[in-house]
Amino acid sequence: MEFLIETILSGLMAGVMYSLVALGFVLIFKASGIFNFAQGVMCLFAALTFAGIMEKTGLPWPIAFVMTIGVMVFVAWAVERFVLRHLVNQEPIILFMVTIGLAYVLEGVGDILWGSDVKVLDIGLPSGASDYMLDNFNIYVEKLEVFAALIAAVLVGFLAIFFQKTRIGRALRAVADDHQAALSVGISLQTIWVIVWSVAGFVALVAGTLWGAKSGVQFSLSLIALKALPVLILGGFTSIPGAIVGGLIIGVGEKLAEIYVGPFVGGAIENWFAYMLALAFLLVRPQGLFGERIIERV
Amino acid sequence: MNETSANPILSVNNIEVIYDHVILVLKGVSLTVPEGGIVALLGANGAGKTTTLKAVSNLLGAERGDVTKGAILFEGEEVQALSPNDLVKRGCIQVMEGRHCFGHLTIEENLLTGAYTRRDGAAAIRQDLDKVYAYFPRLKERRSSQAGYTSGGEQQMCAIGRALMSRPKMILLDEPSMGLAPQLVEEIFEIVKELNRKEGVSFLLAEQNTNVALRYATYGYILESGRIVLDGDAKALRENEDVKEFYLGVGGEGRRSFRNVKHYKRRKRWLA
Ligand SMILES: Nc1ncnc2c1ncn2[C@@H]1O[C@H](COP(=O)(O)OP(=O)(O)O)[C@@H](O)[C@H]1O
Ligand SMILES: [Mg+2]
Repeated sequence: MEFLIETILSGLMAGVMYSLVALGFVLIFKASGIFNFAQGVMCLFAALTFAGIMEKTGLPWPIAFVMTIGVMVFVAWAVERFVLRHLVNQEPIILFMVTIGLAYVLEGVGDILWGSDVKVLDIGLPSGASDYMLDNFNIYVEKLEVFAALIAAVLVGFLAIFFQKTRIGRALRAVADDHQAALSVGISLQTIWVIVWSVAGFVALVAGTLWGAKSGVQFSLSLIALKALPVLILGGFTSIPGAIVGGLIIGVGEKLAEIYVGPFVGGAIENWFAYMLALAFLLVRPQGLFGERIIERV
Repeated sequence: MNETSANPILSVNNIEVIYDHVILVLKGVSLTVPEGGIVALLGANGAGKTTTLKAVSNLLGAERGDVTKGAILFEGEEVQALSPNDLVKRGCIQVMEGRHCFGHLTIEENLLTGAYTRRDGAAAIRQDLDKVYAYFPRLKERRSSQAGYTSGGEQQMCAIGRALMSRPKMILLDEPSMGLAPQLVEEIFEIVKELNRKEGVSFLLAEQNTNVALRYATYGYILESGRIVLDGDAKALRENEDVKEFYLGVGGEGRRSFRNVKHYKRRKRWLA
C-alpha cells in the first residue's frame, strides 16, 4: 500500500513538471494560435540563464531570478518585434516552423552565453526525504518534490486570478476568443503577445528552475517538452485546467505503468506510455478531456 | 453635398482600397459625417460598406487591405497612420458586422473589454457600465451569461454596449439589423437614436436594410461596386424613385411591365 502511494506521489511530482510546460504551450496557443515548439527550450534557456547569472556574478539567487525574468521578457519582446509582427495572418504551419527555428536559436544562444556543461542550480530548496511523511505514514517523498508541487499550485492559482480578475487577463481571453473583435475595441495585439510570451517565459523559468534543482540544468531538459505534446492531446490544446490535469495523469500513469505493467513487456514503458495514451485519446476523444465546446450559434 | 459638412467629425476623401495588393474594392469613395449626425451607408451585399468602415477604423490591415489613395480625417486630423487602438482612444470605434462578441466571456466581461483603453479609473468605468445597463436592460439580466450562449439580439446589444464603454464620439456600426427579427431591429435603432440624442454619439451606419436605416438616419449615401452613386438627405432619398425601386422594393404598379428595361437603364446610368 505504501509503495503504491509512493509511486502515485512521485508520478504526481513528475506530472507537475509536464503540467507547467504544457501550461506555457496553452497560454501561447490560446492567445495567438501558435503552437510554440520552443516552449521546452524556453525552460532550458531560462534555467540556464538563471544558473549562469549566479555562477558568473555570484549574486544571491533572488536577484538573479529577477534578472532572469527580465531576460525572458526581453525574449518575448524580441519574438514579437522581430518575428510575430512580420508574420501576422500567415498560415499556422509557417508560424509553427518559425518556433522550431526559435528553439534552435535559444538553444544556441544559451550554449554560447553559458556553456554546455551541466549546471547545479542550488538555491537552497529543501532536499532529502520528508521526515514527517516517513514518520507518520511510512511513506518516502522528497521534500523538493512536495515543494515543487506547492510552487506549481501557487503559480497556477496566481495565473487563474490574473486571467479572471484583471484588465489585462480579460484582454488576453478576449484576444483568444476573437482577434478581430479585440482589435476593434482597441486592444493592441502586439502588447498582448509580448505579455503572453512573457508569462509563458515566466512559467518556463519556474518549471526549469524546479527541474534543474532536482537533476541539474542540462540540455536534456528541453526533452521534457516532448512529453508536453501528449499532455496537450490529453487535456485539450486550449484548456489551462486540461494542461494541469493532463500533466498529472501522464505523470502518474507512466509511473504506474512502469511498475505494474513494465515487467510483463520488458520495462521502459515510461518512455512511450504517454504517447500511447495520447494516441488512444485521439481515437476516442480528439478534443481532449477539457477541450472546449465550440460555441456556434447563428 | 451635405449642408452640415461645415463641421464634420469624419470626412472620407476619395479613398481607394485594394485587398491583397490586387483586388480593387473601393474606387474613390467620399463621404462626410457631421458632428452629432447619423449617416447611413447603403448598398447591396458586396458593395464595399464594410470595407469603407474598416478603412476608417484601420481594421483593414488585419485583412491585408490597404488604403492606396485619398485621405480620412477624424476631427480634422488625418488618421490613416494610427492603429485601431489609437483611434479608439480618440473616440472612434467600430461595431463589426456579425456582432463579434467574445463568446467565452460573460456579457459583463464583454462590456468591460470595451473600456480597455480607458485610464480614468474603476469608478468611472463602473458608472458607464450602469449607464449601458440602463440603455440595454436585457444585458443587465444576462450580465453573467457567457456571450456565446445569448441570442442574436442580445449579442448585438452587447456589441454596441461594449463600444459605448470606450466613451466614443463616433461609432461605426456595421449592419446591426443583420439576421434579427423586425421588432428587434426597431428596438436597436431606437436605442441608437437615443444614444445619438442623449450622449451626442455620431454614427456612420452601414446597412442593407435601406428602409429602416433611412428612417433613423439624417443623411444617406448609396454605394454600388465601390462607388458612391447617390447621396442626399434621408427624406429625399426615401422619396427618390430609383431608391424606391432598387432599395425599398416599392416600384409603382403601372411600371411593372417595363420594369426590367428601366432597371437596366438606371443601373447603367449609375454605374457610368
Ligand atoms: N479580405 C478581403 N480580401 C479580398 N476581397 C475582399 C475582402 N473583404 C471583402 N472583399 C471584397 O470586397 C468587396 C466588398 O466587400 P464588403 O466591403 O464586405 O461589402 P459589403 O460590406 O458592402 O457587403 C466584395 O466584393 C468582397 O468580396
Ligand atoms: Mg458588410
